[in-house]
Amino acid sequence: MKKLMLAAAALALTAGMGMAQTVRIATEGAYPPYNLINDQGQVAGFEVDLGNELCKRAELQCTWVKNDWDSIIPNLVSSNYDAIMAAMSINEERKQVIAFTENYLPPAPSSYVALDEAADLESGIVAVQTGTVQASHVASTQATMLEYPNIDQVFAAVRNGEADAAFGDHEVMRPFVEDSDDLIFVGEQVRLDEGIGIGVRQSDNELRERFNAAIGAMKQDGSLNALITKYFGEEAQTHE
Amino acid sequence: MSCYLTTGNHMLFYASFGTVLLLLAVTAPAALLFGFGGALAVRSRLAGLRLFGRVYTSMVRGVPDIIFFLFVPIAMDQGFEWLRSRVYCDPSVPVRQGNEFIVCAAAKLPLSTSPEWVHQAYGLFLAVIAFAVVFGAFAANVLHGAMRAVPQAQLETAEAYGMTPRQVSRRILIPQMWTYALPGLANLWMILIKATPLLFVLGVEDIVYWARELGSAKTSAYSYPHPDWRLYYFLGVLAFYLLMTWGSERVFDRIRTRLSRGQATAAGEAMRKAAP
Repeated sequence: MKKLMLAAAALALTAGMGMAQTVRIATEGAYPPYNLINDQGQVAGFEVDLGNELCKRAELQCTWVKNDWDSIIPNLVSSNYDAIMAAMSINEERKQVIAFTENYLPPAPSSYVALDEAADLESGIVAVQTGTVQASHVASTQATMLEYPNIDQVFAAVRNGEADAAFGDHEVMRPFVEDSDDLIFVGEQVRLDEGIGIGVRQSDNELRERFNAAIGAMKQDGSLNALITKYFGEEAQTHE
Repeated sequence: MSCYLTTGNHMLFYASFGTVLLLLAVTAPAALLFGFGGALAVRSRLAGLRLFGRVYTSMVRGVPDIIFFLFVPIAMDQGFEWLRSRVYCDPSVPVRQGNEFIVCAAAKLPLSTSPEWVHQAYGLFLAVIAFAVVFGAFAANVLHGAMRAVPQAQLETAEAYGMTPRQVSRRILIPQMWTYALPGLANLWMILIKATPLLFVLGVEDIVYWARELGSAKTSAYSYPHPDWRLYYFLGVLAFYLLMTWGSERVFDRIRTRLSRGQATAAGEAMRKAAP
């Protein structure tokens, strides 16, 4: 009887291992063109296209989860999903808590946006999205920082005069500036991060390696650069 | 215009009204049940049960809602997963590894292979429990007060007729307490309606989430670019909430009239005098 149970247990364990692994990937869905909710109510954007391709190459079954930016790292750490693809810049502070794959986007510039060329960027009030690398940067300057939960509210703060300027990822701010007739880029661009990578749990080495291999392959054959150009235009930074 | 209003994400917006109504429909009875249990526990003759009732009603009412909403679902979720991990996983592996909470794939709740609607239903289930616990504590206090408002003389008369305490509760106390409980419960219901946007804290996509999402400025990355339209979406949501509270007021008025009939209260007395 005992042997039978052991055999059954072993069988159950190995059966579990043979099962196709389902990887749940979280994204914010409010950061176009990296990730957004499209008109069908589904997540879309650069990262969703890229993520699906990476999963296909790594032979993983992937599903997408929407999660607020605020709680996106805590929910990864408590295993509500297995990976984050949400335009998350790789930096030292985050590496303490989670692990990153190699970057799928090269280090990108961050820019200031304001209504007025003369906006005071050094000591004025600057609006940022909370918990971003841009927020950490503004905190280290003399400017007063205002934090908002998402990028849309950052622009709203500039428009209604709560903040003198907004500071954020250049590629995210560009369409907002181009579509509007009041917002303009001001000041110098700043380079802050080591690029954008997939966030995974520190204990999840296997998943990180599989993603790394897939990202490496896509960098090699040029398909990653093609995808970047498709979403961010010809001028966008690509991998060498 | 009609194309814009019938896109997939607008459909999800309309469906989220259903989510809110479903939550209200499930939570209200559940909270009432918790409240009833709490009130009976506070009145119990067993000291332990009484203590439990007191701790429940005063502690939950004293903690800010939002803390409770963050705590209860997360604690329950991790509790369930821990229990399952003891059964389905190797028990020698700790669930806490550094700052990470990890259980093996078989113990995940819901399983990561299950479809998205299961995850959403599970989230809604946790939300219902959290709402029921919080509002149950308030309801317990209201019901406890209502039970004490039933004239003592009536309960003593019932005892004099030879009814057991249980019979007194069931035949005299509970049927009569509703008229005293109604104003408090109506109040709670209104607060519950207004508290539903807290759903979003728990990751359930409710009407406020969708209003914010659809109303926020859309760049040319979307099929229908538009500036910040949140004001209009939130006005729509406002209309919904006002309609809900206005409708509930009318329903409660009818119930109040019904319950006051034949009662030894000012309202009941007025009805008796008005009758021909």
